[in-house]
Amino acid sequence: MNLTVRKREESLGWGVLVVYLGALALAFGVCALLLTLAGKPGLGGMLILFRGAFGQGYSLLDSLTKAVPIFLCALGVALSFRMQIWNIGAEGQFALGAVGGAWAALTFAGLPGIVLLPLVFLCAMTCGAAWGLIPAVLKLRLGVSEVITSLMLNYIGALLLEFLVFGIWRDPGSFGFPMTAEFSSGAQIARIAPGVLGKLHWGVLACPLAGVAYALFLSRTRLGFELMACGEGERVARYAQLPYGFLVLLVLGLGGALAGLAGSIESSATLGRLQPTMLMGYGYTAIVVAWLARLKPWPIAFTAYLLASFRVGVEVLQLELQVPAAFGSIMEGAILLFVIAGQFFLSYSVSLAHPVVAQAKGARP
Amino acid sequence: MSPELIIALLAAAVQAGTPILYATLGEIISEKSGVLNLGVEGVMAFASFAGFFVCLVTGSAWLGFLAGGLSGALLCGLHSLVCQVFLGNQVVSGLALAIFGVGLSTFFGTPFVGQSTEGFAKFALPGLAKLPVLGPILFQQDALVYLCYLMPVAVWLFLERTSLGLRLRAAGEMPAAAAAAGLNPRMLRALGTMAGGFLCGLGGAYISLAHMHLWATGLSGGRGWVAVALVVFAFWRPGRAALGAFLFGGFMAFQLRLQATGTNIPSSLLLMLPYALTILALVAPAVRARAAKGGAGAAPAALGVNIEPEG
Repeated sequence: MNLTVRKREESLGWGVLVVYLGALALAFGVCALLLTLAGKPGLGGMLILFRGAFGQGYSLLDSLTKAVPIFLCALGVALSFRMQIWNIGAEGQFALGAVGGAWAALTFAGLPGIVLLPLVFLCAMTCGAAWGLIPAVLKLRLGVSEVITSLMLNYIGALLLEFLVFGIWRDPGSFGFPMTAEFSSGAQIARIAPGVLGKLHWGVLACPLAGVAYALFLSRTRLGFELMACGEGERVARYAQLPYGFLVLLVLGLGGALAGLAGSIESSATLGRLQPTMLMGYGYTAIVVAWLARLKPWPIAFTAYLLASFRVGVEVLQLELQVPAAFGSIMEGAILLFVIAGQFFLSYSVSLAHPVVAQAKGARP
Repeated sequence: MSPELIIALLAAAVQAGTPILYATLGEIISEKSGVLNLGVEGVMAFASFAGFFVCLVTGSAWLGFLAGGLSGALLCGLHSLVCQVFLGNQVVSGLALAIFGVGLSTFFGTPFVGQSTEGFAKFALPGLAKLPVLGPILFQQDALVYLCYLMPVAVWLFLERTSLGLRLRAAGEMPAAAAAAGLNPRMLRALGTMAGGFLCGLGGAYISLAHMHLWATGLSGGRGWVAVALVVFAFWRPGRAALGAFLFGGFMAFQLRLQATGTNIPSSLLLMLPYALTILALVAPAVRARAAKGGAGAAPAALGVNIEPEG
């Protein structure tokens, strides 16, 4: 017996679905096994999770609301992954965006919403972009890998947010809780229809806007085309005289701006104030989403929703079976590991034939 | 500051640097074989629990330490499987491992939060502990610290002076040439990743068994990422890794002391410093390399590049 591995000539078609479903099923299997190991019902636990995620109308709406920050962060992450820039700093850029937005919201509290909200978004995107540009500049100027720097900035960004809400921005009327005062109504994003659509807010509109912009940018602009061409790595890009440095600044800046926007939407819509509990790891989930979706906008939207609903499901599981929230990370990690392994079958074919036979059939060009 | 206080601080620095050094050496072995493993944080987090758990169940600290190493090797086996067999992207697989491992650690560890363990006790090394200044800093520690002193030399000897080490480096520099010479670079890479994972796991177990003596969530606290950064700082050399790890340990000890004595500086700002220092640990050698026009301290040539199948 001899396994032959060859690069696939044509796409796998519907087989892609099989690969993804198989990977998901295996990941769920591992999760059920781990639940059993922890002394909880394995299969029953997973069923509770799915029922919590997809069972009721409000869980679907809750998932959609949670998918908003994940989608925006994932778009930003995907943009940089396109050219093999490993921006894993979405969580920190999200935090900085929230901080920037909160600054505008608290400083210009008296302005009407039509002026104040755009100002909040602008400040949020600027701060997020600035946070994203730090690893970009370090990479371009000094050749420092963006992986660790962007990650360290996550920790620093979260602590900066904490420093502010524990200190100078703390609401004197919060009985010592670390949070700012509630934003004025001009800086809050309203819910679309509180009675009917639950917590879903107008911030959800940012998603189609950003998604369409992302797709158009990559498929219709010269810069987007150049960015895609940089996917082969820095050496190729420089050889082809593409504006590599500029593109690195662009993807990390834009990614930071998107994550920053997500941060301010989260604080302005869901919480109405700035507080540390808003950092729920959406920025890390976004990385999982971007990679599962193979960096394409429609799949990103779908996957962001899917992983958001798993988060909702884990919350239910937490309540019903007292499973730690960390189960969510296990699930995301396992799904990602299985999908990365499964993606092998999308680009390679494996056959049992002897290599000589395969050659004789003319399978090789 | 009195001399006694400085000595106590430096002794604490050695202890704080020890888990980082184990992990940094582990990541050096992995990267030398061509595999970038960003999962160290997850590996350390899980191993710190696995070590604690086994020590609690068996009552043996040494078994716990070993279990930490084995669990690290096991988790990194996943990384090997994904990257060597299924040719997955090393960066993303490593991140997935980090997310997975940290999750596992909290998931299984939550029922044990607050429990403590004897673990490893400190003892004076006969003779050496009597040395002025150096004695109390270096030789009144636990057994794992003493073991850690030997590790950089051991890792260096392994990589530079054994034939297996040479093969491992070949897999990291020129896997195609290694394959042409009749070696199996993928197997070598899997071996390097898992051996490195074993050391990272030892580092993780050190935190719960010898440093903290208790279980709490998030014990690894970003040390795994520090280790990944220190590999670059160390130019992939075990000796410089020791320098980096103990410098970092010194900094962590100093920061903790500042917090404990109650300064006016808010704790969130103090807590930022290790992360800022990690960035600095990457920037400093980059500045130096720029001044020296490259040369010293290059990464293994095929680091992070997967071995494609022929045909």
